[in-house]
Amino acid sequence: MSQLLDIQQLKVDFTTKDGYLTAIRDVSFQMKAGETVCIVGESGSGKTVASKSIMRLIDYENGKIADGNIRLNNVDLTQLSQRELRAIRGKKMAMIFQEPMAAFDPVFTIGSQIIETILAHKQSNKEKARERAIYLLQRVGISDAELRLKQYPNELSGGMLQRAMIAMALALGPDLLIADEPTTALDVTIQSQILQLLQELKTEFGMSILLITHDMGIAAEVADRIIVMYAGGIVEQATTLQLFELPHHPYTHGLLQSVTTIDSDRSKELFSIKGSIPGLSDLPSGCRFHPRCPYATERCLNEAPPLLDVNNRKSACWYSEELVKSDSWKKPTLQTTSGSQRPQKKEQSREKLFTVQELSKFYPLGNRTFSGTSSFVRAVDNVSFTIEKGETFGLVGESGSGKSTLGRVLLQLEKASGGKVLFQDQDLSKLSNKDLRETRKHMQMIYQDPYGSVNPRWKVGDIIGEPLQVHQSLNKKEKRIRVQELLEAVGLNKNSSERYPHEFSGGQRQRVAIARAIALNPQFILADEAVSALDVSVQAQIVNLMQELQDDLDLTYLFIAHGLNIVRHISDRIGVMYLGQLVEIAPSEELFKHPAHHYTKGLIGSIPIADPRHQRELISIHGEIPSPANPPSGCRFHTRCPAATARCREEQPLFREIDSGHWAACHHPA
Amino acid sequence: MTLISKALVRIANSFVSVLGSLILVFCIIYLLPGDPVLSMIDPSVATPEMIENLRRELGLDQPFYVQFAEYFTAILHGDFGQSLINSDPVLPKILMHFPATLILTLTSTVFSIVIGVTLGVLSAIYRNKWIDILARLVGLFGISMPTFWSGILLILIFSVNLNWLPAMGSDGWKTLVLPSLALGFVGAGLIIRMVRTSMLEVVNEQFIVTLRAKGLSERVVMYRHALRNALIPAITIIGMNIGEMMAGTVVIETVFSRQGIGRIIADAIMAKDLPVIQGVIFFSAIVYVIINLLVDLSYSVIDPRVRRSH
Repeated sequence: MSQLLDIQQLKVDFTTKDGYLTAIRDVSFQMKAGETVCIVGESGSGKTVASKSIMRLIDYENGKIADGNIRLNNVDLTQLSQRELRAIRGKKMAMIFQEPMAAFDPVFTIGSQIIETILAHKQSNKEKARERAIYLLQRVGISDAELRLKQYPNELSGGMLQRAMIAMALALGPDLLIADEPTTALDVTIQSQILQLLQELKTEFGMSILLITHDMGIAAEVADRIIVMYAGGIVEQATTLQLFELPHHPYTHGLLQSVTTIDSDRSKELFSIKGSIPGLSDLPSGCRFHPRCPYATERCLNEAPPLLDVNNRKSACWYSEELVKSDSWKKPTLQTTSGSQRPQKKEQSREKLFTVQELSKFYPLGNRTFSGTSSFVRAVDNVSFTIEKGETFGLVGESGSGKSTLGRVLLQLEKASGGKVLFQDQDLSKLSNKDLRETRKHMQMIYQDPYGSVNPRWKVGDIIGEPLQVHQSLNKKEKRIRVQELLEAVGLNKNSSERYPHEFSGGQRQRVAIARAIALNPQFILADEAVSALDVSVQAQIVNLMQELQDDLDLTYLFIAHGLNIVRHISDRIGVMYLGQLVEIAPSEELFKHPAHHYTKGLIGSIPIADPRHQRELISIHGEIPSPANPPSGCRFHTRCPAATARCREEQPLFREIDSGHWAACHHPA
Repeated sequence: MTLISKALVRIANSFVSVLGSLILVFCIIYLLPGDPVLSMIDPSVATPEMIENLRRELGLDQPFYVQFAEYFTAILHGDFGQSLINSDPVLPKILMHFPATLILTLTSTVFSIVIGVTLGVLSAIYRNKWIDILARLVGLFGISMPTFWSGILLILIFSVNLNWLPAMGSDGWKTLVLPSLALGFVGAGLIIRMVRTSMLEVVNEQFIVTLRAKGLSERVVMYRHALRNALIPAITIIGMNIGEMMAGTVVIETVFSRQGIGRIIADAIMAKDLPVIQGVIFFSAIVYVIINLLVDLSYSVIDPRVRRSH
């Protein structure tokens, strides 16, 4: 069968101030027509560079193809001029990107950007192009297509924009669609919908999809074949079934073990590949994975293994054949039983740390001087719950559900519009500014973006030492010693206090942020998407660290995240939020085993499962979260609920205890 | 909110700004050291009664708030007072000379935008090539050279040595060229830098990659998409710059011996002619507020996020 895409020995260099830097090398793979191939790997593995090289987009980023060929339908793309390439880009091959919000030009309408693409390839006149645009938007599931055509990107939701992006990519019926992390920035519910859409369109338009992802679950669900990249090279290539059944490369093996699933053992530590991916400028000798590989030998250190054919597949490891025969290798895949046992949690004290009573936070909408009417965004609407001392309370829900706002109001970073927050029976909103500052010692925060949350011009020692300076009167030496203790506590070198944040990787920076948060021995830490921006193996390291610290320092966490499996692993109890309200609270395992609210059920059903043998219905919740400025009547979820009845439309369900410790707000619990 | 109601809010705000500037101008003039009456008549000749009479005639013996109320009422009736030197009414004088200044300001603005945007864009597209270095040099000179110096330099080169253009006067378009260049050069320098920076930022945006991936030509990517995005921050600079240039006419009109309100205020300051100074400052404030209003509204035209933000 003829190949649609044939890449041979691709090597890409980038020009930097210090000369050439090789981003990827010896990348060879093929794609057949109609095939879906996934490239997986952590950030820095070169998967995005590989995909951009196919489009020759790296030419604009100081990159150049130093060696190798890329043949699309037997045309060697590396030999074409930019002019010739333009005729192929968008027409024969198209691309969609991670952040749909950033991928559209904000000052042109959606319609004009789609029409422009069609006209650029001189396929039709303006009127026909417009009709085609409307058809495409309808096909990707956008209602009121004619209206959307005239809207600007900021007027559409992320999910809607990604659909429009797909419509634009399909405008000229490409043979190859490259999708670079197309669902990473989206909610898990929308992710399912987009993946389903891509599957449908692939058949309908007869194209091949090259999907770049870091999520093994997504790869398992959509890929025919999987290519695993590490530090600029391919380490393994196999069919999806082969790969998940028996990975051949230690890196793939590690990646699969790092996957948290909804039935993994919560009492075990998460598995993580030690260390982190090397930078391009200091790649290790020999096999690039050897510093992190538990099976590495002298040979791995000196000789780089080529991508060899082993058992009908390819693996770049000297020992693949032997390794896969060993017993220790075979067992652990697909079930995370590999981490070490965590110490048993102390008996719950049942002492309440936070008591939240009928808490609300409304934001006024628009300018009321002229319009006269006053409307509000009900970000948090009448929420009551408690957080017990020593527990981890997880908070999940789609974006726009109000989780982050709830967290901020809890810490009094924003003033509540109504209701009370009691911290150890003390009403925080009644405290004077001075007393509140004093109380803040006991509650700290870790943020999502480890790059944005530390001052880049401060030394790490000063960043960690700042809270000490504010709240404690330590002399210079005491402070230095304390900072060293903290650095060691979070697993960093104690001598790194003189270094600046940019010298650290994302995971290490998150450790710095954690050190700063625990500096004052707080009782409570709010972790708002604290691991969401990290790669899976680093994510596991940070989660393990947080759990260790919890045991050592008797911490209480509020853990906000959209990665449901991680929340399940770390949390003792989980609250599910929808449109500003808590719809369900239950102990972690109970929630995942017996979700009562249909929203919870849908969320759990949307999680991609890292097991290609397991086929699930991709879409479990239809539609998107409505605007919190104008929430639906009755049960707010009724517009998307499969079990909704007339009663749900009219009567708001009470938040009641349906089982011991299991609360839900649903008229017809599952 | 609709575009119209947004515009109404802006216009209402503008009135507040105008009122504020009126109060401010009045206070500054009131607090200035020196007695305007004594500058009108020679105290060595005039008797104390004469001085007192003149003071009463001018209303300067009244308390502050009464003086302000009278001035304010007069302004509302379009009466900006009279010159202390020759008793000419102020407003007609301003209105007579304002067009010349306005034209000078506009041609300077056009010049600074054309040079600034063109060089700014080229400089960003051909980053670190010779054209970029040239543009940055032009920008540096524009910002660093004071207008009176570049004005004299231009006269020296184009009038004295080459004899291409007149060195002074305000009749005909030829007299407009050199002053516009001198005045517009400063703005051009600022705009070059602003457009260059914001273009370089925009070309690194994700959507630029999308546009290229669609197979659009670089010309379309740069001039249709990147430039329009890059202009949004540049408009602020352009708007502020128009005000700067109006202020610059004080120097330029003197250097090139042109008629205009810049010249009027320069002369009035020399002669301590307070009503004229007050009138010109207040009038300029109104013009400045109107320009800013137009700049604000032009955002909505160019940036849909401002136009239809919810």
